Amino acid sequence: MRPHAEDEARTRATRTAATLSGAAPTSPEASGAGAPTAYAISTRGLVKSYPGPDGTTTHAVHGLDLDVHEGETFAFLGPNGAGKSTTISLLCALARPTAGRATVAGVDVSRQPDEVRRRVGMLFQQSALDSDLTAEQNLHIHARLYGLSRRHARLRATETLEKVGLADRRRARVRTLSGGMRRRLELARGLLHAPQVLFLDEPTTGLDPHARAQIWEYLRTLREQHGNTLFVTTHYLEEAENCDRLGIIDHGRLVAQGTPRALKAAIGDDRVALRTSDDAAARQVVGRLVPTGRALTLDPEGVSLRIPEGSTWIPRLCAALEAHGIAVHAASATPPTLDDVFFHHTGRSINTPPSQGDPPAAIPGVTPAATTPGRIPAAATPGVTPAATEEAP
Amino acid sequence: MTAPALPASDTTAPSDRNGVSGDTGRERVPRLWHELRAVHALVHRDLLRLASQPVHTALMLVQPMLYLFILGGGLAALIPNSSLGGGYQAYLFPGVLMMTVQTPAIMVGIRLITDRQSGYVRELLMAPVHRPTLLLGTCAGGTLVATVQGAVLLALVGAIGLPYDPLLLLMLFGGMLLTSFTLTALALTLAVSLDRPEVFNMLLGLVMMPLLLLSGGFFPVGNLPGWAHTLAAANPLAYGVDLLRRCIAVRVPDRTAPTTVEWSGWQPPLLLEGTLLLTIGILALLWASHRFSRPE
Repeated sequence: MRPHAEDEARTRATRTAATLSGAAPTSPEASGAGAPTAYAISTRGLVKSYPGPDGTTTHAVHGLDLDVHEGETFAFLGPNGAGKSTTISLLCALARPTAGRATVAGVDVSRQPDEVRRRVGMLFQQSALDSDLTAEQNLHIHARLYGLSRRHARLRATETLEKVGLADRRRARVRTLSGGMRRRLELARGLLHAPQVLFLDEPTTGLDPHARAQIWEYLRTLREQHGNTLFVTTHYLEEAENCDRLGIIDHGRLVAQGTPRALKAAIGDDRVALRTSDDAAARQVVGRLVPTGRALTLDPEGVSLRIPEGSTWIPRLCAALEAHGIAVHAASATPPTLDDVFFHHTGRSINTPPSQGDPPAAIPGVTPAATTPGRIPAAATPGVTPAATEEAP
Repeated sequence: MTAPALPASDTTAPSDRNGVSGDTGRERVPRLWHELRAVHALVHRDLLRLASQPVHTALMLVQPMLYLFILGGGLAALIPNSSLGGGYQAYLFPGVLMMTVQTPAIMVGIRLITDRQSGYVRELLMAPVHRPTLLLGTCAGGTLVATVQGAVLLALVGAIGLPYDPLLLLMLFGGMLLTSFTLTALALTLAVSLDRPEVFNMLLGLVMMPLLLLSGGFFPVGNLPGWAHTLAAANPLAYGVDLLRRCIAVRVPDRTAPTTVEWSGWQPPLLLEGTLLLTIGILALLWASHRFSRPE
């Protein structure tokens, strides 16, 4: 865990620096004063539908409007089957959109797919290397596929291997490399043709904390040195936390986008939790004290409620409870986490496997209003631990 | 954080801002050149794989040698030279060459399927080249590997009583190149339509044996009933074997071995056979490219 913790700290520092230097992602000016193409990725009404069984249509992506600024690290979150991978295939011109427009690195995806692919790099969720060849050979062949001359291919292979810290393993067969090393090699392969936008589909899934930290370290350097735009999907919320902005997709639509801070602020309320000698009685007392309409929950863990400025309420609540002769064993106020945000917008926790038949394949014909607000009781606290963000491996 | 802001002003040279070296590979070269580089990349991959598995390559050569020297040597005692216009081993040679090129050609098909399963094909599809180019590169790589393996067997012509005649070797080499191409293209055609390697293997296991036996590589098909002649006339392997055997006959005229392919009693000339093989290969490749290029 130790290297990871260090990494966390470093990430925080980077993020603070980013915020300080005025790169608040909400302001497009940050990436070049008045530059005409301030967006690395921009989609309008993007739709991808597949013919489903019995003549129905399945909308994997259903009217996506997405903007990612140049040089930004954008996290793309969503439950399984929400359309993340399809979106990525559309954005790197592997699949053709059914409707709508998408511009990536200044190029229209439908009109110039080859040019898009020349400008973007891709790290697939389940990536593949030729395990019989050496690290260097894999890169060389890939570089040649991208049309690099022999000399450039060799040069770039050496450069990118150094960049991901594999220079000493260049002659090692891929089959002898560890999972983390392979992932880094795949990253190097994605960087060979110096893409402006790099797509990373779950780049760290299945890696140990140390390897994960390393991958992020390289991504950060990359972005700082060359200003690449990174578009990342991840299941680790603390990784999303360190991105400039994030978008949440559900049922093929974007349901939220913004900085992690703004998204958490939009939920607003802290979660105040109390453990007392008599939780049922405590609930009554607290209910009388806080403004009406605040959702109070009582569970074996104690009493909890959502309220702005949670920590300022704790002394008042404690005093009132003491006055009623109820002993307070523990009290805490937790600001909203990204998992709360995720739950708020999708009705699921990111760490729970999909339970209901929720892949979009289950939706026949035109997708019913999947994103109707209020579908989810907004204030309901998930049964899962909201603190998972901090503890996720 | 200053990095993105700095080069954002120049929209003309997007490549420079990300490259470590200024001129990172995006030099102005014609489109066709890019496609050729991609083809070369795939051929290169196959050659590297061949070189990286010397044991595997050697083992693939063992089987045809067993056929040539053990089966061929054994049967040679039974079969009088007169009936074949020469020794049985020399008769068997084209068939053995065919077996040698056939194995790697089929491997290309299997690898396309496994590459697709592992996700390697998707990586290939990300490359900014036309999809038919990728298939062409795969086919070229398979053809070359098959021919190289066959070429090793060419070194043995002396051991079976054929002369080391440069022109003969060249003709046999050319014939193998052609048959390798056609077989690889056919294997790819099959591979793009299937998505499980087991099905591919099963189909081949079912089909390869009769095709080999009816190719005229092991015995003259002439003595079989009429339906077998029809099957042989539709068997690409028979054309390959016939082509190779007639290459030998051109240079070593005393070996007038019975030929396999006959169209209602008429024997097509050597060049027509070659053209036919080439056409089949090209058509197969075109069809495979078409299937492979279907957009998602």
